Amino acid sequence: MLVIDCPYCGPRPELEFSYGGQAHIARPANPATVETSDWAAFLYLRSNTRGLHAERWRHVRGCARFFNALRDTTTDKFIATYRTGEPAPAIDSRGDR
Amino acid sequence: MANPGLRQAPPVESSSWLRLLPPATRFVFRGPAAAHAAAGTVFGLRLPTTPCRASMRPARAALWLGPDEHLLMAPAEDLGALRSAFASGLRDIPHSLVDVSHRQGALELRGPDAAWLLTAGCPLDLDPAAFPVGMCTRTVFAKTEIVLWRTAAEAFHVEVWRSFTAYLVGMLQEVARELPQ
Amino acid sequence: MNSWRTDGGGRIDRTRALSFSFDGRRFTGFEGDTLASALLANGVHLLGRSFKYHRPRGILGAGSEEPNALVRVVRDHSRATPNLRATQVELYDGLVAESQNRWPSLGFDLSAVNDILSPLFPAGFYYKTFMWPRRAWHAFYEPRIRAAAGLGRAPEGPDPDRYAQRFAHCDVLIVGAGAAGLAAALAAAASGARVILCDEQPEFGGSLLAEPSARIEGMPAADWVAAQRSALAARPNVTLLARTTAFGYFPHNLIGLSERLTDHAAAPSAGSLRERLWQVRAREVVLATGAIERPLVFPGNDRPGVMLASAGRTYLNRYGVRVGSRIVVVAGSDAAYAAALDLKAAGAEIVALADVRSAAGEAATAAAREASLPVSLRATVLGTSGRLRVSSVRLGTVTSGGAVEESSSVACDAVLMSGGYTPTVHLFSQSRGTLSWNAERNVFVPGKPAERTHAAGACRGIDALAAALADGAAVGSVAAAAAGFQGSTPAFEASAVEFGSAGAPGALAQPGPTPPAKAFVDFQNDVTTKDLALAAREGFRSIEHIKRYTTTGMATDQGKTSGMNALGVVADGFERSIPEVGLTTFRMPFTPVTFGVFAGYARCDLFDPVRTTPTHDWARGHGAVFEDVGLWKRARYFPKTGEDMHAAVARECRAVRTGCGLFDASTLGKIEVVGPDAVTFMNRLYVNNWSTLAVGKSRYGILLRDDGFVYDDGVVARLAEDRFHVTTTTGGAARVLGMMEDYLQTEWPDLKVWLTSTTEQWAVIAVQGPRAREVISPLVSDIDLSPGAMPHMSVGWGKICGAPLLLFRVSFTGELGFELNVPADYGRAVWEAVYSAGRSRDITPYGTEAMHVLRAEKGYIIVGQETDGTATPDDVGLSWAIGKAKPDFVGKRSLERPAMKAPGRKQLVGLLTEDPTVVLDEGAQLVESARQKVPMRMIGHVTSSYASAALGRSIALAMLAGGRARIGETLYVPMPGGDIAVKVTAPVFYDPEGVRLNG
Repeated sequence: MLVIDCPYCGPRPELEFSYGGQAHIARPANPATVETSDWAAFLYLRSNTRGLHAERWRHVRGCARFFNALRDTTTDKFIATYRTGEPAPAIDSRGDR
Repeated sequence: MANPGLRQAPPVESSSWLRLLPPATRFVFRGPAAAHAAAGTVFGLRLPTTPCRASMRPARAALWLGPDEHLLMAPAEDLGALRSAFASGLRDIPHSLVDVSHRQGALELRGPDAAWLLTAGCPLDLDPAAFPVGMCTRTVFAKTEIVLWRTAAEAFHVEVWRSFTAYLVGMLQEVARELPQ
Repeated sequence: MNSWRTDGGGRIDRTRALSFSFDGRRFTGFEGDTLASALLANGVHLLGRSFKYHRPRGILGAGSEEPNALVRVVRDHSRATPNLRATQVELYDGLVAESQNRWPSLGFDLSAVNDILSPLFPAGFYYKTFMWPRRAWHAFYEPRIRAAAGLGRAPEGPDPDRYAQRFAHCDVLIVGAGAAGLAAALAAAASGARVILCDEQPEFGGSLLAEPSARIEGMPAADWVAAQRSALAARPNVTLLARTTAFGYFPHNLIGLSERLTDHAAAPSAGSLRERLWQVRAREVVLATGAIERPLVFPGNDRPGVMLASAGRTYLNRYGVRVGSRIVVVAGSDAAYAAALDLKAAGAEIVALADVRSAAGEAATAAAREASLPVSLRATVLGTSGRLRVSSVRLGTVTSGGAVEESSSVACDAVLMSGGYTPTVHLFSQSRGTLSWNAERNVFVPGKPAERTHAAGACRGIDALAAALADGAAVGSVAAAAAGFQGSTPAFEASAVEFGSAGAPGALAQPGPTPPAKAFVDFQNDVTTKDLALAAREGFRSIEHIKRYTTTGMATDQGKTSGMNALGVVADGFERSIPEVGLTTFRMPFTPVTFGVFAGYARCDLFDPVRTTPTHDWARGHGAVFEDVGLWKRARYFPKTGEDMHAAVARECRAVRTGCGLFDASTLGKIEVVGPDAVTFMNRLYVNNWSTLAVGKSRYGILLRDDGFVYDDGVVARLAEDRFHVTTTTGGAARVLGMMEDYLQTEWPDLKVWLTSTTEQWAVIAVQGPRAREVISPLVSDIDLSPGAMPHMSVGWGKICGAPLLLFRVSFTGELGFELNVPADYGRAVWEAVYSAGRSRDITPYGTEAMHVLRAEKGYIIVGQETDGTATPDDVGLSWAIGKAKPDFVGKRSLERPAMKAPGRKQLVGLLTEDPTVVLDEGAQLVESARQKVPMRMIGHVTSSYASAALGRSIALAMLAGGRARIGETLYVPMPGGDIAVKVTAPVFYDPEGVRLNG
């Protein structure tokens, strides 16, 4: 069970969180103008990163907020967490900025 | 005012360490930081802005549950008056006030074993240094969600949705079988 | 007693004799014995049969590393634990144990023929043999192999014991309470840090319990252990856990501990707690897990009576048992000398001390000379004999040229061997820490940690007493400081008679390339040097592949006794160094953990939360049969005396169609959407146009995912300009709220609208049927119920029986209907009041089954029954609900994708069987013609099917390719009993004009 650093509540046990898929995939502002193939990519295409991966989590059994996290998929370790709307921090997998 | 005699909350068997708290007025207050001050004025108690902290005075409690979510508690008979006061006091301030007085109930766990009972199912560190008096948070106990609020060194106020009450109490009583009778 | 038990000494209580049985034979042991020590004290060495070859096996070790002596301990038919290591089973009065993996008896096991046929069972035999004929694998080979393989037998009855679970947090968790672990705990505890110290044994002290010569702080080591244990126990910041195995190291310093509470008790009281799972989150972890002695690899090294030298010492010094009277000691390490000296001093005869090295350490050599031990250097073991216990050993000599010559055959009744010690790095390796090779001692030790992990003492190669104590104290201080607690490092004065523990892994020298008999590397999995050589010959190079091909180090052994020897043999075969060969990953658990520990409290009534509504007890009192809907219990039907489900449901349906029915809809999800942007939010989320919904009105809403498929549905009421009351399906309550929060928080954070679940705030009492208004009118105040004032889909605030009432004029039955929402604490009282008021009009409580029939008669879909995550609103006939003029809503863009508008999509239709008495099976497939070859072309499937009382026949809903264009056609449902002809119809069977709704 991981410890996840909620940007609002601080470090909390994984049991309180739910996973929300890849981060930084914004819903197009005007879907009607989006090409069908681009819309399909928005719906279905996700990266399968080895290494640092930006993903969404929700502290669903806590403050209930969605937030984003950088996690190293080779070690499971969280490198950074940050609030929705903030850019992903420039960071490498050792956590050095 | 409704006839309180008609009310029937999920039954809870009291014991030396557990009791069901009486019915109360409960509101979920949601809104941006800009609404907190006005809400505090109407409610008569400042809404805490520090994450996971509660403020209280007699007949009022306000628990931080999220950056835009507070649980407000008051005596049951204050329901109507508070609803009116919020409606007029925050008329021009965007917010949401929803009555959840019946959605959930409150248990009090009290005594030297209170934290020990809770850590059978709650993954948080309930050491007073990590979870001091006045701390509150939504969390889990085994397979149910609770709001946990430490009201004294050896006392916890636990909010639980009504249909999970029987499970929560059953779990706690199962854990408590280890305590000396 | 007998000659195997010493006259005194050890940590057993000779005043407390305990009676026990093994395979039906009765024996006596003492308080403080393990099953293994008690059997050895009775001269019993044969304890089991090996996994594959069914060879006789005895006791190899004295602790959790034991690979051979696996037994079943039986309390009763429900409480029998297989695969317990006899070396860890604490003796109690009346203990009943059985050997495993033998038939008909332990002494004469028919499957031992496998040993003779062993050329048929080489490494990977199941990959190579049994390949032909192909069909025979399932029918014959696999069942036979399964019957023959495996270990142990599970109990038959349900487990009557209880199991506990607990989360714990600490600053420093110390695993292992031997010399280093105790010193670490003392140092960390003195700093004020929160400390948990656990050890798998019933007593703290580790190897100190078998070291009579050791003295610490001027007292015998065992006394010092007891004193320090008391001192630690007195500290409020310390938790001591004996009989507690750290079985797994999980990310972020979460350690799983399994605490055994009653397995050692003679008669635990009924319902007592058997075991407890601890999930410990530690800031810093100190591993003081010690080291395990390696066996030596020589032909016949698995014969009962062949044991680790450390085990021989432990049985003598801790349990007062001589494991033999004429003992051959085989030394690959100076540690063997200590066993020889102790056993000689205790009266056993050391008939040979065969040292496989060219020289022993100075201290060991001097002590052996003084005790006149018959030492021979450059020795090897060529074989052993003895059917069920070793009776002689054939020794050899390695010449200076490297040739092996047989030197002598020595009669004996026990063999003690030591190949040196392997640090126990299982937990460190589980944590993904990297191991580093210590070339001086030929061992892997913890290297770079992946977690906040510290190793102390023998598990990192520091095993001399004084050094281990000093290391433990230093590491304990460092760990506490890392957790933020500064303290001084205690120093301990210690002395002991000690020899070295280093050795060299691998097999002993043999005369030819192939040893004449099996030399075991992995005792538990029956892996020999030949198997490893075969794997190498067949081209396996990766040690991970060799492990899987040969099964060495697998299962519960996890390389405890086998790992380094396997590496040594493989490295020799490849002529590479051990670090070049590398190491396999250690898997959790360290030793097996019961299922009960993981189940914990979650069993029987507490397996899952059981959610009930405010009217649950009333329904139970009125004979309701309940069904599970998610975690909820919902009344399914209310049978009267003599009624089956069919009769009850038909009666309930008739009551709703002709009079008045009463239904508990409280489980429906409810979400209050509040704020100035509430209508904007609803417009963006649901397909409908909410701008045109007036306050005090409600509308059927549909929610899609952005992929365009129906996700949920429900009635949505507008309670105020800025307040919507959204209902969801029972199962969708949590996920719809989650989806709403997701869009609000991450896509539209600028919207001023907030969400609150009110599912459990309201009890929802549906009163449905032509007489519904008559029934509730006398009870309701402040709301005009007349059709003009309160038409279909209107909403009103008022009171009922003095309780606040949110009244919906709404129908899921097709009849005049109301849903009474009252605050949940009032639910029971209001329900009873409505029931009483309706008695004169024959009000009938109905359950979910009648609700399903009634809605199906009307063609109303249920999300998740008609839809399956691939249905659009148009597919299920709901495109009328879509707000066509809206620029966007969740899912709108996807509805424009070509595939979503393609002809031939499955569409909702009704089906009427030609034979009106036939009720189709839900899930049955539709075909155009039953005269097709199998596999037939399936063009649709039945989603709902019921006997309809109102129509006097069966009805069904189906999803059918191009369905709406097929209305009127006859199709077929092929079933095992014959093909069923059905006519395709519109999906509304009853009152298609909807007249009754507006009554």
